[in-house]
Amino acid sequence: MKVLGLILAGEKGKGLGKLTAKRASAAVPIGGKYRAIDFTLSNMVRAGIKKVGVLTQYNPRSLMDHLGSGREWDLDRKRGGLYILQPYVSESDQYWYRGTADAIYQNMTLLRRGSEDYVLIGSGDHIFSFDFNALYDYHMTSMADITVMTKSIEGYDPKLYGVVKTNDEGRIVKFEEKPPNPDGDKISLGMYFVNKKMLMDLLYTAASNGGYDFVNEIIVANLDMLRIMSYEFTGYWRNAKKSVSEYKKINMDMLNREVSRELFYQNGKIFTKLKDLAPPKITSTGSVKNSIVADGSIISGKVEDSVVFRNVEIRSGAVVKDSIILENSVIEEGAKLNNCILDKNVTIRSERVYKGYDEPLIFEKWQIM
Amino acid sequence: MTDVVAMILAGGQGKRLGILTENIAKPAVPFGGKYRIIDFTLSNCTNSSFYIVGVLTQYKPRVLSKHLGIGRDWDLDRKQGGLSILSPYAASSKGEWYKGTAHAIYQNMDFIDQFSPKYVLVLSGDHVYNMDYNEMLDFHISKRSEATIACIQVPIKDASRFGTIITDNTSHVIDFEEKPNHPRSRLVSMGIYLFNWKMLRSFLIEDANDPDSMHDFGKNVIPKMLLKNRYMYAYDFDGYWRDVGTIHSFWSTNLELTHSMPALNLYDPNWRFYTHSEEMPPAFFGRNSKIVNSLVSEGCTVYGDVEGSVLFQGVKVGEGSLVKNSVIMTNVNIGQNCHLENAVVSESVIVKDGASIGIGEYVENVEQPDIYNHGISVIGEKTIIASGAQIGKNCSVGNFLDMEKMNVKILESGHNLRER
Repeated sequence: MKVLGLILAGEKGKGLGKLTAKRASAAVPIGGKYRAIDFTLSNMVRAGIKKVGVLTQYNPRSLMDHLGSGREWDLDRKRGGLYILQPYVSESDQYWYRGTADAIYQNMTLLRRGSEDYVLIGSGDHIFSFDFNALYDYHMTSMADITVMTKSIEGYDPKLYGVVKTNDEGRIVKFEEKPPNPDGDKISLGMYFVNKKMLMDLLYTAASNGGYDFVNEIIVANLDMLRIMSYEFTGYWRNAKKSVSEYKKINMDMLNREVSRELFYQNGKIFTKLKDLAPPKITSTGSVKNSIVADGSIISGKVEDSVVFRNVEIRSGAVVKDSIILENSVIEEGAKLNNCILDKNVTIRSERVYKGYDEPLIFEKWQIM
Repeated sequence: MTDVVAMILAGGQGKRLGILTENIAKPAVPFGGKYRIIDFTLSNCTNSSFYIVGVLTQYKPRVLSKHLGIGRDWDLDRKQGGLSILSPYAASSKGEWYKGTAHAIYQNMDFIDQFSPKYVLVLSGDHVYNMDYNEMLDFHISKRSEATIACIQVPIKDASRFGTIITDNTSHVIDFEEKPNHPRSRLVSMGIYLFNWKMLRSFLIEDANDPDSMHDFGKNVIPKMLLKNRYMYAYDFDGYWRDVGTIHSFWSTNLELTHSMPALNLYDPNWRFYTHSEEMPPAFFGRNSKIVNSLVSEGCTVYGDVEGSVLFQGVKVGEGSLVKNSVIMTNVNIGQNCHLENAVVSESVIVKDGASIGIGEYVENVEQPDIYNHGISVIGEKTIIASGAQIGKNCSVGNFLDMEKMNVKILESGHNLRER
């Protein structure tokens, strides 16, 4: 089966505040060394997808730097490979992507040219590990026109997600975006599997009607006409761009061994950009409890219930609790952090004390406190 | 640098590393939490911008060749130059193994000639060091030298293990003695030579035609050059350099990295060491774990105590276990309530619950005291240590053994366990 992967990675992710001031939400750092997009990208590659298009728009610099030629995901290929699809100016029009359907529509050439029969649409913000082969199988056996990945609504705020109602055989009969009074017991995970020719037809129709949104134009508008099925995913799944506390929760979930095993081992590896840093070092004054520490870091202080990214220095006497410390940050002697998120290259001077209360305290890139 | 070809000698077995080099060449022996020994020489080449590199392999090259690939991890996958693996080959008249270090270069003269270099840098893939070869090249050029030998100072009592060099006060080499019984100098060769290629070429041909020669740089070629009064200088290197040729030096050089401010800085952003490593999530430390003075690589999960040790990628340490002053290689799984001290544990070993290694009386190794000494016990790769097993000091347990199937629970200090 030949499948084209498309990853929507153009959003800012307003919910993440300062964390997405200078990067797209698909590029937010996760779990010590990854970025959000690594998960969907690795899932696709592991399922044998050889051609992946990444649709970017909002401040893509750090995302582009991360993806490079796609080599870390085995996508630097002579056949297929990684395509970065940015908004562009042409003779006839010059628009930013006006919505998810429009973003794909504007890159119709990629769909038209390839020899793929199916398209898998994912998002750069999703943190999960899944073997997409199960989705293909379901799509085939259920004779679906479009298959939407869903999950039980339990544990998710319906006001932040699309809510799906299905009939007995799993066909979607109702799909509401962020409803105040949800009618349905599943949320949509924003991942779609569809026949390529059909998708092209649907996109042309939507565009000629002036519709730009994928959910409204492709899914909701066709619930009666097409057989749109729901494939229910039961594993760990989170959306990194929903809110700061959700972002923190995802990172802290990595400390849970069950979650970590499911994400990083069960279905194969999650690939990311390699940095060739030395193994982390814990010195004579250092102590690390219930935490993860990435390569290149030197820990001389106390770290507890925290996620420490690459190349971080935590000096002696410093105490880091319940916090996320992104790459290249330095926490000097005697400083104390509790419930904080430090973006990259932050320096906390010695003896400073910071504590986040209801919401974690966020320090912006290159801040020196 | 396009006028230098670097040739890395990586064919050695490293006999004194015992079971560690039973299946892999010494340059491929893991080191420092995620590296292999050859990474240091290769990274020095890249960091010095020497991008034409030949790696000469011979002894058990499988792991080494896989590790090197096309050289991409060291930025050596190039359209011009780059990394080439040079193995012994068969020619129309006869096929030959490399008979010595000089013969290995002689056999690959064609390879060097295609770049028409001015200089050839001969390196060894056996050493752990950081060195900017440009400084040596500058020295070579400014002295109008034809052959330059990189040297370090060692205590006079150790000098007899090396090639010693006697110089005048301008660093001009007057005499060279390979492993002398009564060394006359503290200056010893690091096995790093920089030659003018034209000159070296003629000496290699002469040496190859000499039936009495052992085809070794230190024993034959260098003395011949001196005899013919070629300009030879000693480049006095004062940086970090370690020969990790014995179990003890391998173990102690690894553990040195866990000290504060070690002589070898792996964290220097201007002098990175590159390697080929597997993708693994960051290290995880459990709530009751206690870790001090240690390197703990990606993919590790630690629930027990780790002290003064180097843990490679993917190592698991179960609850209640203590790992002290040990080198634990990739994907070793240590169960609960184990006790490891002064151990070197090879890749993918399983240490079952309650086992102990390196505990007991100090007894010299019965068979090979020259290899297994200093109380260090060595476990071979993919071996299974039975639950509750007790392994003493100065022991070795061979590669691919299953102590449970062999029905062995106790290995007394100073003994080796092999396949029967």
